[in-house]
Amino acid sequence: MIEAVALRKHYGRTKAVDDLSFTVRPGRVTGFLGPNGAGKSTTMRMILGLDTPTGGDVRIDGKHYAELKQPLRKVGALLDAKWVHPNRSARSHLKWLAVSNKIPVSRVGEVLEVVGLTEVAHKNAGGFSLGMSQRLGIAGALLGDPEVLLFDEPVNGLDPEGILWIRQFMHRLAEEGRTVFVSSHLLSEMAQTAQDLVVIGKGQLIAQTSTEQFIADATQDHVRVRSPHAAKLREILAAHATVTDDSASGALVVHGIPAQRIGEIAAENHVVLHELSPQRGSLEEAFMQLTKESVEYHSH
Amino acid sequence: MTLLAVERIKLFSTRSPYWCSALAIVLGVGLTAIFAAAGDGPIPLGLTQIGSSQLAIAVVLVMSAIAVTTEYRFNTIRSTFLAVPNRTSALVAKAVVVAFIAGVLGEIIAFGSWGVAKLISPSSDLAINTAAEWRHVAGIGLIYAIGAVIAVAVGILVRQTAGAVAILLVWQMLAEGLIGIIPKVGEKIQAWLPFMNATHFVSMGADSPEQGGAGVDFKLSEWGSLGYFAGIAAALLVVALIVAKRRDA
Amino acid sequence: MIEAIGLTKRYGRTVAVDDLSFTVQPGRVTGFLGPNGAGKSTTMRMILGLDRPTAGRVLIDGKSYTDLKRPLRTVGALLDAKWVHPNRSARAHLKWLAVSNGLPKSRVDAVLESVGLTQVAGKNAGGFSLGMSQRLGIAAALLGDPKVLLFDEPVNGLDPEGILWIRTFMQNLAAEGRTVLVSSHLLSEMALTAGELVVIGRGKLITQSTTQEFIERSTGNSVLVRSPQLFKLGPLLVDKGFTVRDGADGALSVTGATSDQIGDIAAANDVVLHELSPQRGSLEEAFMQLTGDAVEYHAEIGK
Repeated sequence: MIEAVALRKHYGRTKAVDDLSFTVRPGRVTGFLGPNGAGKSTTMRMILGLDTPTGGDVRIDGKHYAELKQPLRKVGALLDAKWVHPNRSARSHLKWLAVSNKIPVSRVGEVLEVVGLTEVAHKNAGGFSLGMSQRLGIAGALLGDPEVLLFDEPVNGLDPEGILWIRQFMHRLAEEGRTVFVSSHLLSEMAQTAQDLVVIGKGQLIAQTSTEQFIADATQDHVRVRSPHAAKLREILAAHATVTDDSASGALVVHGIPAQRIGEIAAENHVVLHELSPQRGSLEEAFMQLTKESVEYHSH
Repeated sequence: MTLLAVERIKLFSTRSPYWCSALAIVLGVGLTAIFAAAGDGPIPLGLTQIGSSQLAIAVVLVMSAIAVTTEYRFNTIRSTFLAVPNRTSALVAKAVVVAFIAGVLGEIIAFGSWGVAKLISPSSDLAINTAAEWRHVAGIGLIYAIGAVIAVAVGILVRQTAGAVAILLVWQMLAEGLIGIIPKVGEKIQAWLPFMNATHFVSMGADSPEQGGAGVDFKLSEWGSLGYFAGIAAALLVVALIVAKRRDA
Repeated sequence: MIEAIGLTKRYGRTVAVDDLSFTVQPGRVTGFLGPNGAGKSTTMRMILGLDRPTAGRVLIDGKSYTDLKRPLRTVGALLDAKWVHPNRSARAHLKWLAVSNGLPKSRVDAVLESVGLTQVAGKNAGGFSLGMSQRLGIAAALLGDPKVLLFDEPVNGLDPEGILWIRTFMQNLAAEGRTVLVSSHLLSEMALTAGELVVIGRGKLITQSTTQEFIERSTGNSVLVRSPQLFKLGPLLVDKGFTVRDGADGALSVTGATSDQIGDIAAANDVVLHELSPQRGSLEEAFMQLTGDAVEYHAEIGK
């Protein structure tokens, strides 16, 4: 479990993180979202004791990172895959990490196997592609078989197979009862990965909730309807709901009444339906809705 | 003309050429100033260009080489080839701009050195009258310009800053001089080495024993030596251009 | 339009791209997909004349890139946002590009504005975050107002707002009749962006089709049906020869029929529908099916 309490980090006058409190529970994958400059990286660095908070507190299972005797056995983190000496082999990199935390060296071979780098383990990390570096970083995070895992943009540089792999992998880690905290900008990816969300903007908490709830709260459900008698149906439905056209597919988009009711109205009026699908809002829509005011650079 | 403007913008929108130019001027002119200040009596014209022809030129070669190698290092060479798919003309434009700047810098350093000597040691006879004397001072710019072309060619071929700089410095400052030590053939070979010929061009013969290359039996006239130096530079550039054209960017 | 014809690239014995032919049409965003090592980058570099094909050719509106006089006016490309001198300002970077292709300097400010970098235009690109570099790269691609645009992993380093922006932006470019080719590993993102796909594996074409066809072909499709009268509708559907299975929460999952057919049957028999949703597989599932044996490094899924 990760607990941040009134966490603060000020750089001079800039408030990178401002009175931020949240809890990351074990057993779920928790997504950490926010626009650029929201303070995500700073927060992650404070969790890991790399930056010192100006105020407040963040603890991992009740302890500060610095108080952990063998931190890699408690917390595994992938912040930047390029934090590896380019002239050191993947195996040596993991070996010194293992030794530093009294982790048996046999774990090195195991984690290399898990991330699929066994064949290139003796090669220098400097020659690795971003995707391979990312896998090495993940191997490093797993080394101590930790209960808490932090990932910053884990799919960065991975190919589709790697992306699928890491998503399934994070789900499995969470199912094993671990705490998994993932920061990412890729909302379509996070929608599939994270069950819980911590959303921040301008250093402050915007929401902490389940992904489902987050979407439900910030977007409107609607129903997509196709019919050979679209014009007639449109007229009938207009009395009950807001109806718009999706010009690309010729479908009607109905806001305000559930699919069930539309089906009943159609049946009463003997209108044939070719599609009647309830549509959920996307995580992206919800996110944009809630973070509108905390975006740093706006493009036009 | 467009491509020349492009290379000019590229070169002057980063800091390294300014630093290199400043360093070259300080080294070249500074060395002359030290000679003039340290000497007891008047200093000969031949001593005013030691800094420019032996020391500052190395900085100019480095500057010219890194104008190319940084493009490879930061992959802007790809942006360049995307904007100008005709690699030959893009690289020729770069060579021309770099050579021009090196040439101007050479004249500034040469006449700057001359001026500083005159200022510090007013009693010296530093008048520039004969053709040899003009060559000795004004010729520095030509040497720089041609040297810059060689440096650009080496930069294109090697693509790495460290490698290109090492090759140029060892070549210009050490290798050609050391070859003279080889018994019997050494000086005969030296007569055909590019930077030796460059020095030959600016030397005033017996009037400037301070310059390098003394004792080498050059087969070419002074202007012939310059032509030879330029020919070597052109040949190297052509090789570099062919390689760059064939190579995947 | 981009046409690759028998495109081949060999490095010694390694065949990076192998007799690859495809066409990228204007008017829609075309996604360029493939596992790592499939040859996507090499292909893009050959399109742009950076790498020389060992055999075959690739044409942009009928011409090879190196034959274009003012290439930036025809083709804009973002291959790697970091191809910028770190000590050069964003504006200076765009300025030399503009001059090289005879573009008015006013374009520099226009594109800086459109990517939202006006305020930092005078700053050195070396200090830019990946997201800002990416915007600068996009600005460079737009400089010549080109008909053809190539993007390699354009959302790399962008934040959610930037991702939404570039997606909308690419779709608008395509809607204006431009040719837009986007290479990416982010399938959930590509599913939202690309209408057409070119998929390669081990240097060869796996398929070229619309995104929808691609998904439907490899994942099959079913229709989820809810109704208070499923007891009546179910047997009717079985009679027609469709496969009917119990889905989640008392719904039926029907395969072999389109939602149109099911809707017609329901209406003809006065069955009230509460839901009639065609279920599509994800682009990811489809992609995994088709490229299964073309992947270079296999991590052990589920181990």
